[in-house]
Amino acid sequence: MDTQKQLDDFQKRIDNGETIEPKDWMPERYRKQLVRMMSQHAHSEIVGMLPEGNWITRAPSLKRKMVLLAKVQDEAGHGLYLYSGTETLGVRRKDLIEDYIYGNAKYSSIFNYPTLTYADICVIGWLVDGAAIVNQTMLAKSSYGPYARANLRICKEESFHKKQGYEMLAKMASGTAEQKRMAQDAVNRWWWPTLMMFGPHDTDSPNSAELIKWGVKTKTNDELRQHFVDRTVMEAEAIGITLPDPDLTYNEETGHWEFGDIPWDEFWSVVKGDGPMNRERMKARRKAYEEGEWVRKAAKEYARKRELEKAS
Amino acid sequence: MSTFDTIPQTRQEALVEILLRLADDRLILGHRLSEWAGHGPELEEDLALANIALDMIGHASALYEYAAKLDNKPDEDFFAYFRDDIDFKNIALTELPKGDFAFTITRQFLFSLFSYFLYKELIEIVEEEQFNGMLQKHFKEIKYHLRYSREWVLRLGDGTNESKSRIQNAFNELWMYTGEMFELDKAFEAAIEHNLYSDVTKWRPEWRSFVNSTLTEATLTLPDYEQYMFTGARSGRHTEHLGHLLAQMQFLRRSYPDAEWK
Repeated sequence: MDTQKQLDDFQKRIDNGETIEPKDWMPERYRKQLVRMMSQHAHSEIVGMLPEGNWITRAPSLKRKMVLLAKVQDEAGHGLYLYSGTETLGVRRKDLIEDYIYGNAKYSSIFNYPTLTYADICVIGWLVDGAAIVNQTMLAKSSYGPYARANLRICKEESFHKKQGYEMLAKMASGTAEQKRMAQDAVNRWWWPTLMMFGPHDTDSPNSAELIKWGVKTKTNDELRQHFVDRTVMEAEAIGITLPDPDLTYNEETGHWEFGDIPWDEFWSVVKGDGPMNRERMKARRKAYEEGEWVRKAAKEYARKRELEKAS
Repeated sequence: MSTFDTIPQTRQEALVEILLRLADDRLILGHRLSEWAGHGPELEEDLALANIALDMIGHASALYEYAAKLDNKPDEDFFAYFRDDIDFKNIALTELPKGDFAFTITRQFLFSLFSYFLYKELIEIVEEEQFNGMLQKHFKEIKYHLRYSREWVLRLGDGTNESKSRIQNAFNELWMYTGEMFELDKAFEAAIEHNLYSDVTKWRPEWRSFVNSTLTEATLTLPDYEQYMFTGARSGRHTEHLGHLLAQMQFLRRSYPDAEWK
């Protein structure tokens, strides 16, 4: 059991803005929360490769094909170092992966929506990566060193992805009638799911208070969401895209954009596993994992043989 | 005589033809590799395969861009998106469906090894500065593709019984598609005359002995090289697979050709 003195000392370090490193003492609950958050983040990067990968072979120019391929590759990289970061907390990547493809571990519910047209790829860059940046900029100041550093690195790449997505969407929004239609339709479909990415309202978010106390997070879900809406409204306006919320109004007093009710029923049903693509995404991940089993075994066996040779 | 036996009349025509042949091989194989994104056996392999796909499509794009300039075509996309399967000059090896990981690795190894020898030669003989610079730049990446795929041939060959049988099957299946790498037609001969291509038949034995030594190290056996060899793809006689690949690759661009997509 963690003693009260240990807990108090730990809290003091957090309050002093110190960074917690893998070998430092930490409350068991802190460790568990981080394993949960970091692995969910890693799973999200990996599942996120699927909706975007869906358009690599159909990208409409070689330049856009390469941009998308590089982006998906970055996501594999993010997954990799987030898993490595999680392993500093005494868990194994293999167990984490099996926990989400066979168990109950979660990933960002945004990836349970389909990418129907190429404009979806641009909107994912602009909105989804844009939302992720808001979240990860905060997490780059997280009290756990390895997680903070991973987020710092991820943010840099995500900013690039966002810029590329926004630029191409701007082109589509000022392009032919068909392009405009695709662009607006994609924004209509992705807007609300993107707002849900920040998680439930603070009043319905059981982990928030504890995570803020420990400096894992420094802002609440609603604060982050508001920050995202405020900056996105301008960006939409600039390229002639309408955000699909008739209640969106600027509040002179607060200086914030007020927005309509988020469809939380949809959110909870997607989180529970009943989104349009949950089953397909999991099936694709399971298939890749199971079909890769013989490859991983072969690599292990080959390494074992080489070790034996060295020993003899 | 094939459908479109291109016989370049000038040095420039010979160069354009070589650029397109090199680029088509790379675009089509890069496309096949890109199909792995998100579906690899391990995260590290997802990364590596996407990386190689990106390199190959990048090489193709640079080669097309240069060809477009010489041949007075709008841009690199013209060659990738607005030609039909009978116009593509890639060898059939590159267009076969991605198969399992052993198939993908085996194809990559055979192709990257060929590219390695070819580029090494071309860097020595090509006089065009721009072309040569491109070759040198791409050669660095080809060396990595070769190293990566060779290491996996060893792992799979000398891994488990299952991996061994899968990769041996892949070599057996793919071998008949290696003949096209070493064919010389009129276009290649013209290019050789202008120091724009290498007499590949000269170093074919060297290529084969490298394959052989890798296979021996991987405890695998070299397929019978006197067997039937597929031919014709360089002049537009492809397998049935290319049409489907292009249908997917080109559909959006061709559906809205007047739109800006770059």
